[in-house]
Amino acid sequence: MSTHDLIVIGAGPAGMATASKAADLGLTVAVLDEQPRAGGQVYRDVDRVAALRGDILGADYTQGATLTAGLHHQAIEHVPGATVWAIEDGFRVSYTRAGRGAQIAADRILLATGALERPMPLPGWTLPGVMTAGAGQILLKQSGVLAKSAALVGCGPLLYLIAAQMVRAGTPPVAMIETQTRSDLIEAARHVGGALRGWPYMLKGLKMLAEITRAKVPRYPGATEIRIEGTDTAEAVSFVHRGRAHRIACRTVFLHHGVVPNTQAARSLGVSHRWHAGQSCFAPRLDVWGQSDVTGVFIAGDGAGIGGAKAAELAGRLAALKVAEESGRLSTDERDRQAAPLRSAHARELAARPFLDRAYPPFAGALAPEDATVICRCEEVTAGDIRGHARLGCLGPNQAKAFSRAGMGPCQGRYCGLTVTSLLAAANGTSHDETGYYRIRPPLKPVTLGELATLEHSAPDTAE
Amino acid sequence: METEYAIIGGGVVGLSVAWGLLKRGLTVTVLDGDDGSFRASRGNFGLVWVQSKGMNQPRYARWSQQSAAIWAEFAEELGHNTGQPVPLEQKGGYDLHFSEATLEATVAKYNDLKTKLDGDYPFEVLGHNALRKEEPQIGPKVVGAILHHQDGHANPLKLLKSLAADVRRMGGRVLTGKTVTDVTKPDGFRLACADGTTVGAGKVVLSAGLGAAALGPKLAFRAPVRPQRGQVLITEKLPKLINRPSLIARQVDEGGIQIGATNEEVGTDDRVTQPGLSGLAAEAIAAYPALARAQLVRSWGALRVLSPDGLPIYQESAEFPGAYLVTCHSGITLAAAHARLLPDWLEATKAAPDLEVFSETRFAVS
Amino acid sequence: MKPDSPFLDLETAPRVAVSIDGAPLELPEGANLAAALLAAGVTVFRHTPVSGAPRGPFCMMGACFDCLVDIDGFTRQACMIEVSQGLRIIRPRDLGADDVDA
Repeated sequence: MSTHDLIVIGAGPAGMATASKAADLGLTVAVLDEQPRAGGQVYRDVDRVAALRGDILGADYTQGATLTAGLHHQAIEHVPGATVWAIEDGFRVSYTRAGRGAQIAADRILLATGALERPMPLPGWTLPGVMTAGAGQILLKQSGVLAKSAALVGCGPLLYLIAAQMVRAGTPPVAMIETQTRSDLIEAARHVGGALRGWPYMLKGLKMLAEITRAKVPRYPGATEIRIEGTDTAEAVSFVHRGRAHRIACRTVFLHHGVVPNTQAARSLGVSHRWHAGQSCFAPRLDVWGQSDVTGVFIAGDGAGIGGAKAAELAGRLAALKVAEESGRLSTDERDRQAAPLRSAHARELAARPFLDRAYPPFAGALAPEDATVICRCEEVTAGDIRGHARLGCLGPNQAKAFSRAGMGPCQGRYCGLTVTSLLAAANGTSHDETGYYRIRPPLKPVTLGELATLEHSAPDTAE
Repeated sequence: METEYAIIGGGVVGLSVAWGLLKRGLTVTVLDGDDGSFRASRGNFGLVWVQSKGMNQPRYARWSQQSAAIWAEFAEELGHNTGQPVPLEQKGGYDLHFSEATLEATVAKYNDLKTKLDGDYPFEVLGHNALRKEEPQIGPKVVGAILHHQDGHANPLKLLKSLAADVRRMGGRVLTGKTVTDVTKPDGFRLACADGTTVGAGKVVLSAGLGAAALGPKLAFRAPVRPQRGQVLITEKLPKLINRPSLIARQVDEGGIQIGATNEEVGTDDRVTQPGLSGLAAEAIAAYPALARAQLVRSWGALRVLSPDGLPIYQESAEFPGAYLVTCHSGITLAAAHARLLPDWLEATKAAPDLEVFSETRFAVS
Repeated sequence: MKPDSPFLDLETAPRVAVSIDGAPLELPEGANLAAALLAAGVTVFRHTPVSGAPRGPFCMMGACFDCLVDIDGFTRQACMIEVSQGLRIIRPRDLGADDVDA
């Protein structure tokens, strides 16, 4: 098993920035990433794609190439195509690459596992043709595959970004069925001071909206009672807008109402998390360097709380400074001196967040779905099932999991966990923190028994 | 008195006892823990199992047989009452062997036990070829198996859910999120919880699994139970691959293959480990080579509740009559006995089963 | 003949022969398999083992496990695989059903 000073999980902006900064400071680093090429989701496949579709995707995407370049450092071992399925004390990381099991070790580990789309359980959301907006963007970025007849449903900057990119590519969305309301915007105005400090983001947002408007994409803000219709695939989205029922035919639906930290790996290590009310999600408890309450475990990027790609990059560098100092490569004075400008830049990056979080809150209809709506896609468990199990005494999601099978499927609760916690909290009259979350255990991603069996083990005792 | 019976522990053991008492028209309050409690009820292997039980204590073998024999009607009744079937299959189970020597040694022990049970121990030995007819996926390393016809398996989570539903339907009061911190007997029993809740009860059943170790002494029980970790694996849902369960693997009613289990003395550490998972995977593949391609989707560590000899403890407190310790490792196998037979023992009726050999006095220092 | 796809494909990589449920198909070499199948007009990737409901790609980032297909006897996420010559893709069906139409 090879050993490094630091293992970084994930080659998105946080992971790449951490690795190159740590390597510059004299540490040996291994970067394990699931994708075949570096970039994470935001800069997915940027080295190959920037030249092909940079005009459609914009400079915010093509700039990712400077980060991927940073991985070409002799102290960095970049392991692409590596699916991590267990992280144990020590730290020993078990992963699959090209169908074979492998392990790697380090004293410190940085999790840069990024974000997931916030689950958006609506009637019909499991139909083929319904995807996340992030998926739509990945299709465009990595593969150059564009939906010819897509409705965009939900809210938030990413929805406008993908709409603008679709307009530029010549396949504008058939409609934007938006869930934010006028009162959300009024409420958000209280945070406009912070937002002004983050004015470059606001300008970009306005520019995207202008592109969408120029393309005459119909917009339906404040939509409610949204459902996706279809039998074998999505055929239409129906909803109510200003008291009137609408039905818009489409073949693809892109859902989005924000992204949330992907906490699977951190939770499997026992890192404590708490509910972030402003972002309606759980986030790990971290110090100012991104260090968790489990010694040696650092977290940077959206996995630490949603901040976006630039903030992720800065947080990654800050964590690298702390790791280098702990490893004796940097004095505390030098660490702090280098950290100061990173911290102010990080604060600037986050300035617009409270405004955006308020202006585009999660869609209430998907936070508290109707009883018949499937909330666990893997095991096909409905919201009504979970509410029923609260009546059977389930105080938390682990009990509800045992009763309902929600969270038992291959996605390990990634797309039902927050919904189950929210449903139980509402039913039991408890807070999200009191209700808790699934206990995440290996395998973080499915692994074949054949691969498991090739790793070192002791003979099990089969006595019952 | 608020309730005739207070049951400390809302797992399969406590709820089975509560269910049986409620059926007799008694009033019952169950005090259950929270989402983070150690719960063998949701971590177990789901066998309704007879073979290998009580090799040194025929009464335990008999008790397991008694429970297995009435399990089907118990499951049927629960399913009928709640509208949620409790899947159960009792068409026999295997003890798989990778060596002739272990197979022969086990058969010899089974024959001894069979004599002590007056011949009521229906098993047969299958050589590799005979086994292959029953289990086409069995691997070449398996030399044979003991097929015991009283064995089977159930869906333990659906059992737990149905019990939780039916206990409530019958009027049982279930208090959740409770940690019982003290039990006193000024007159009747008085139970105090960490959150300030108190419950007055005529009788108390301590069926709190590992929690009994701390609470037992307050009722003058020794309650010598310890945790033993078992790591368990479950694969993606697969087409039918395994017909009958074994201690190595079984195919659950939802389609996944459940693989178990390690036996580890690691205190209350209930994590899984890569070496543990790998060892179980290797053994399962040796038994069923096709499993090499199956994806592991979940694994967990659960803590067995073990007495020093591994057998159940049924004990009324000498100092506090009306307080009972009920604890066992095989809560699923014994669920039917606990629901249908144990109430007679608690109520000291003429039909009470003889559970003397399960008294904790057997652990007295001599 | 290529079925009518809800997607437009901007890339023109050389195509290689693969098979899906035994039928031949040509996909761009090295492309993301899930994306390539969508562009080729394949919308239903599998039927679930729980209810037999149809599913297709949802997250495209390896997190949702809805694009599962069978490749050489292994269940794999189509969105995490690159297209290569001779890939044999089988779409999983309801465990109990033999005649589900995809």
